Amino acid sequence: MATEVAGPPAPQAPPSGKGPTGAVEGSATWSLLDRLGLVICWALGLLFCAIAVAIVVYLFLQGIKFLKPSMLWTPAASGFSENETGGFSDALIGTMIVGTMGIAMALPVGVAITVWLVEYGRPTALARVVEMTIEAIAGIPSVVIALFGTVIFSSTALGFLSRTSGGVVFGRSFFAAGAMLSLVALPLIVASTREGLNAIPRHVREASYAVGKTKAATVRRILLPSARPQIVTGLILGLGRIIGDTAIIVILLGATQNLAPVEGAPFPLDYLRGAGATLTTFVYESSPTGNLDQPQKAYAAAFVLLLMVLALNAAAEAIHRRSRKAGTWSH
Amino acid sequence: MEEDFQPEYGPKWSDQRVERMLGALVVFIVGLLLAMIVVVLLHGLPSFLHNGLSWFGAGGEVDAQFQAIYLSGQSGTSDYVWTFHAWPLIWSTILITFISVFLALFISLFISVFLVEFAPAWMTRILQPVVYFLASVPSVIYGLLGVLILVPFIGNHLITEPEKASVAGVISLTGYGLLTAVTILTIMISPLMISIFSDGLRSVKPGWVEGSLALGVNRWRTTWKIAVRAARPAIVAGTVLAVARALGESVMLAMISGSTGFAPNPLDGLIFVFEPSRPLAATIVENVDALSSHPANATLFAIASLLLYSAAVCSFGGYLARRSMRKYGAA
Repeated sequence: MATEVAGPPAPQAPPSGKGPTGAVEGSATWSLLDRLGLVICWALGLLFCAIAVAIVVYLFLQGIKFLKPSMLWTPAASGFSENETGGFSDALIGTMIVGTMGIAMALPVGVAITVWLVEYGRPTALARVVEMTIEAIAGIPSVVIALFGTVIFSSTALGFLSRTSGGVVFGRSFFAAGAMLSLVALPLIVASTREGLNAIPRHVREASYAVGKTKAATVRRILLPSARPQIVTGLILGLGRIIGDTAIIVILLGATQNLAPVEGAPFPLDYLRGAGATLTTFVYESSPTGNLDQPQKAYAAAFVLLLMVLALNAAAEAIHRRSRKAGTWSH
Repeated sequence: MEEDFQPEYGPKWSDQRVERMLGALVVFIVGLLLAMIVVVLLHGLPSFLHNGLSWFGAGGEVDAQFQAIYLSGQSGTSDYVWTFHAWPLIWSTILITFISVFLALFISLFISVFLVEFAPAWMTRILQPVVYFLASVPSVIYGLLGVLILVPFIGNHLITEPEKASVAGVISLTGYGLLTAVTILTIMISPLMISIFSDGLRSVKPGWVEGSLALGVNRWRTTWKIAVRAARPAIVAGTVLAVARALGESVMLAMISGSTGFAPNPLDGLIFVFEPSRPLAATIVENVDALSSHPANATLFAIASLLLYSAAVCSFGGYLARRSMRKYGAA
């Protein structure tokens, strides 16, 4: 039902008898129902490809039509028509700041947790609890994480991380958003790093202990360098999730149009303590349902965002392929 | 860190110390999750206490109730309004989540069977990146495409004028509604299910499948009767995690679900699928500005805690299912 309107009409599946070769032998002898099932498989597979192609092509066409290079370095302004409202340089900078801060917090924490989980993991009960915690963090809706963030960062003790006026802590800043976004990236980094550490055979560790290395030295000198491709993959996946998140940014960054530095603070801190925007909130606010309603700008920003996501995907794929080519541990 | 590390067996980086430091970090993360669970509930408690079980019930216009709650918090006095009956929001969440998970379950099963068993190599090489790509497209982009393409299409072509007129006094059918939301949410959660399902299918012991093939059962039947059944824990895990993801989806649904506190009524007949609504998570994102009003803040936290606990139950279920998969699945 719903699939029929999900994208352009699905191309007709090729007749199942002669289409695939190799994997499917002799579907000609199957009963009608079985062959019908295979046709559904092909139809759905091609439909998914069609949807992906449609998204990319459509956004590329709209992006080329509406994106002017000047938008990338013009800050947003208020105006009556789309010609007057400037570009989205502040949102672009915001995306970069948020991505950097989120990863800077999530990467060391994620790797440390995984090292503990895989290499130490005692007591076992705690290890089970930690596994469940990571799983739970991955499943918690990001709006809830964001609301929890408002509680933490509105406390007076953490007032130095955001704007304060008359004793009331605003609680919305790049610090707040970055910290909570690191929670979003954490499960991805843990899962990927864990895959890397688990792939290293036991005898590598034992060889290291046998030459007198401590466990800590083994982790630092041998295990983490060997797991680097997976750690980087996790980092890229986490970065993609951070860049794509909207709910946390809307709630914890204030989703203003421009960067709003706090007056009187030294240089990097004034911006980091202030509110701002990212590409995702820019698209959200610029869509017809948002406050600004400037679809052309929304398309342009969405195009830039999609390019970033595609680049990250390609990077992850390349690293994955290279690490596979380099070969894993031979036993 | 590089310099500190020089004496690799020195007391500063001794194994006990490293283990204790990592352990402390791990305990901190577990504590953070527990704090989130407790804090969000505590902040939402006043709303639950004032309404009792009727919080979950129907009655009155939920949007008007929230507006009254918000205004009572801004009035400066402390006689707050608390009455809130969230049923339309809960019903909308249930409808959107379960219809899309049901559709996605069907689609993902076929696609993952196709990917693992039947697709020729060239098709796998295309379909696998497509699935990764669809998983990494940010939700605002899905929302934007929904608003600018799907909503006008449904509003202008699928909903007839008599249908619009038949409910004109109650709600307006514009294309923002269940069908739009479910369609896009299905595309968003399918990749997650596909990746978990195909992991499960790949880890089925080859001997089981070969045994069935040797008995003369055709490949299609073998896949469904042996491989899919053996991968049942993965299917449960994927479905449950997809439910958690769908529950937490906020921004995309805020953009296209219709944003009306209305409970779509199946008794209205077929136009029920066009009726607008607004799920729980979207309600939070749309009312960020109300966080400054004390009773509205508590109401939003009550919504958040409902989401948090539902998602936590789902993640826990998924964790258990995946653990059993590890036990029976890969050799």
